[in-house]
Amino acid sequence: MKVRVKFFAILRERAGTAEVIQELSEGATVADLWRGLQKDFPKLDVPGIRLLFAVNQNYVGSNDPLRDGDEVVFIPPVSGG
Amino acid sequence: MYRVQTEPIDLSELVRYVTDAEAGAIATFIGTTRNNNEGRKVIALDYEAYPEMAEKELARIGAEAAQKWQIRRMAIVHRLGPVQIGEASVIIAVSSAHREAAFAASRFAIEEIKKTVPIWKKEVYEGGEVWIGTQTGQPLQR
Repeated sequence: MKVRVKFFAILRERAGTAEVIQELSEGATVADLWRGLQKDFPKLDVPGIRLLFAVNQNYVGSNDPLRDGDEVVFIPPVSGG
Repeated sequence: MYRVQTEPIDLSELVRYVTDAEAGAIATFIGTTRNNNEGRKVIALDYEAYPEMAEKELARIGAEAAQKWQIRRMAIVHRLGPVQIGEASVIIAVSSAHREAAFAASRFAIEEIKKTVPIWKKEVYEGGEVWIGTQTGQPLQR
């Protein structure tokens, strides 16, 4: 299956791209995807950063399974306002 | 009205939107960009969002506020892109029959925005820049 990953803010800068399509095996979770991405983009590993996860614009847990066509975003600490 | 936009935010547009014949109060909150943070001089700011989700989260905050307090109408608009020092980065307007609900709901909304809405602020200093919240890996205590 394939998922669309969007990067924002510090992760966009560190990945050097705003978006990537990632191929995953069936049943892969958000955490599996993150591990795979860190291999492709080693700079994504920001020391000490605490990320939240969103699939199709909703917050999810890291062990949630992904489905083909999902849009996944790793959310660094927010700082709006 | 729950929106992110790169254009300057028009307070009067939000006030018009929440104006309601059954309301006895309108509370507005304006978050503005400050020229200093933790002892450093900020020379420029830049906001970035995951726009679809940010607008969805703003709407969720509005729905939650409407469950907690007797409010009539609510509007939240957050600015994106470069914002000059002293300009509004976020404006909240809320109307209610009685003032307590409008005050409480606007306070609730700004606190929630800082916790859950996927918007990020980059501060530019002389000789450096930083995405706020990521310096230590932990969200800043505000």
